Amino acid sequence: MTDTATAPAPGDATPDDASGGLVRRLLARIDTTNAVVLPLLAFISALVIGTVVIALSDIDKLKEGDIGGILTTIKDAYLALPKGAFDGWRPLNETIVATTPLLLAGLAVAITFKAGLFNIGGTGQMLMGGMGAVWVGFTMNGPGILQVPLGILAGMVCGMLWGIVPGLLKARAGVHEVISTIMMNFIAASLVLYILKTDAFVREGRNDPISKLVTPEGRLPRLFGYLDRPELRAHIGFLIAIAAALFFWWLLERTTIGFEIRAQGANSSAARYAGMRPGLLIMTSFVIAGGFAGLAGASEVLGTQGRATQGFAGDIGFDAIAVALLGRSSPSGTALAALLFGALQAGGQKMQVDTGVPVDLVLILRALIVLFIAAPLLMKAIWRIKAEGAIAGPSFGGWGS
Amino acid sequence: MNKSKKLLALGLIAALGFAACGSDDEASPATEAPAPDTEAPEATDPPAGDGGSICEVTDVGGVDDKGFNQIAFEGAQRAAADFGLSAEVLESASDADYATNIQSFIEKGCDLIVTVGFLLGDATAEAAGNNPDQQFAIIDFGYEEPIPNVLTLNFDTAQPSFLAGYLAAGMTSTGTVATYGGINIPPVTVFMDGFVNGVAHYNEVKGTEVIALGWDGSEGTFAGNFENLDDGKNIASSFADEGADIIFPVAGPVGLGSSAFATETGGIRIIGVDNDLYESNPADAAVYLTSVLKKIDEAVYAAADQVVVNGEGGGSYVGTLENDGVGLSSYHDQDGDVPQELKDEIEALKGEIIAGNISVTG
Repeated sequence: MTDTATAPAPGDATPDDASGGLVRRLLARIDTTNAVVLPLLAFISALVIGTVVIALSDIDKLKEGDIGGILTTIKDAYLALPKGAFDGWRPLNETIVATTPLLLAGLAVAITFKAGLFNIGGTGQMLMGGMGAVWVGFTMNGPGILQVPLGILAGMVCGMLWGIVPGLLKARAGVHEVISTIMMNFIAASLVLYILKTDAFVREGRNDPISKLVTPEGRLPRLFGYLDRPELRAHIGFLIAIAAALFFWWLLERTTIGFEIRAQGANSSAARYAGMRPGLLIMTSFVIAGGFAGLAGASEVLGTQGRATQGFAGDIGFDAIAVALLGRSSPSGTALAALLFGALQAGGQKMQVDTGVPVDLVLILRALIVLFIAAPLLMKAIWRIKAEGAIAGPSFGGWGS
Repeated sequence: MNKSKKLLALGLIAALGFAACGSDDEASPATEAPAPDTEAPEATDPPAGDGGSICEVTDVGGVDDKGFNQIAFEGAQRAAADFGLSAEVLESASDADYATNIQSFIEKGCDLIVTVGFLLGDATAEAAGNNPDQQFAIIDFGYEEPIPNVLTLNFDTAQPSFLAGYLAAGMTSTGTVATYGGINIPPVTVFMDGFVNGVAHYNEVKGTEVIALGWDGSEGTFAGNFENLDDGKNIASSFADEGADIIFPVAGPVGLGSSAFATETGGIRIIGVDNDLYESNPADAAVYLTSVLKKIDEAVYAAADQVVVNGEGGGSYVGTLENDGVGLSSYHDQDGDVPQELKDEIEALKGEIIAGNISVTG
């Protein structure tokens, strides 16, 4: 961490205290660096609690009072996290593979946060996007230059179509989007199961719900394909995700509709008074969200997995909520949060290989991080940070700002 | 205030540093071969010797699922103990983890990688193609074209299910028995086929009209998942309303919900699936008439013997009543309730099936 990471915002009255250490200077700026310091502290707090969890999970050593052994396990487990995430070609690839859908789905949640809405439907939108993409993926047989973009487009469009529904229900009928998106997830899951068993999708000779394989031309090209190492799985879905984050920034900061979405999120009544149309904005943000999530689905089936199964979306749609929260719904924040979660996932796998600490620990770490992020006052109390000025409170409205 | 902040920060940094450094002088924790610990089998510690290793990749059920992931690992542990190997496991949290976990084991230099369940079919085939020198065994999956370095481990579970159906038909007092599945896929419905056919065989032999609910050969009752115990409760409850007094759930942990329902209400018997639920689910032990055993541990043991000890990769193993790869568990507490005559008939039936005189597929 250097000073550049916490560059003072204009007008930041830093106490002129030459003897202050880095920690204190960081703390002094806490109110302008909420976005950086709090997540960092949350991460550290989660790691500290994680040590307890690791110790408890190794119950045999605990019973024997083998404190040294427990500390070794904890050390190995935490060392395995960065090693499995960044140390070498394959760890880097695994981190990228895990980060890609988290970033896209995270953006799908973030865009609705910006509009003051809560999109729990990332999973459903991903599933439908994936189904559209995989259909193009296995029905066409090249050329890749045509098939890959078409598959991606199909994923995006299917996700958008799925995203329209909760938007429409909210805008026209006032149905709360949390309820409708959750229900749409259930519908999508059952629909995918049904579609996967239709003749058009099911693989020859298989009765279980698994789609035909995406043709080689239809697979997303691998980022490091030129190295000719099949285990390096990272694919251009990552570039799509980065492009999506840039688009997100451009849309919100440089376009009228983006401004209106932010205004809607900040104060819906004021936005309406200013002549903006809330219904249209709700629809728009949900369609864009569906598009992002659809891309996440497309990237999974066309890039990482090469087929669709019932479970290809996993928990990504829900993890994405945490990603967007952690990233405070900004494109760069969401990207960093997705990278953190992706690295934790890749590292957690290594941790399991090296130390036998269950991969569930990573889920616990993630949950703790999000919990701490969602409770800034608690964080400040634990770390004895004076609560000065306006704080992004735990209220929902704060997340979009 | 500043001082206390500093102190706190220092303390936490120290705590972290302590945690991170640990005490290296005890870096070789005593790692015995895994004790027979069925409660929480985890990855055992790094290979104890150079005797080779059997490495299992679970599906999303996890290694403590009281089902096939767990049984497979028990088999691996037993083989490890007997053959002087080490047994390791990696759990998959989602479909996306299969390829990663397999790759990690390849890099670790496992002698045999056992992948559990048909969900890992594609990932296993892909990894086997990319690494022709690596030996694999996959449970519950067959390839149209055999892969030379993949041993497939399958089970003719219709056989013991047939026996269970016959037993249930002989034991019911209401004249109605039932079965249901997790999801309508062949590895599940093959049990239900066997069960229903076993009931039909009983009716044919005895001239009775025992009804088997829940499966007609193509459609039936399914929970739609393998996780939700409440679904198991609800399904058992509705079967009970229709008069069924013996239920055969083929749905993994969902079936545990039915067992809990049976314990609560009384008067209903459950037939366990995959492993001996009397042993692995002691909370509801009293309700189990028997369990249909799919001895995945035997198969993994046989695979370790074939591949690691004898050095022969590939091929296929099918567990049958004949090679004891499948079977019925003992009747345990209900042994006294089962008439000796029925027990003898089941034994005779088993012989007939092995001899090929009776077809369990109807």
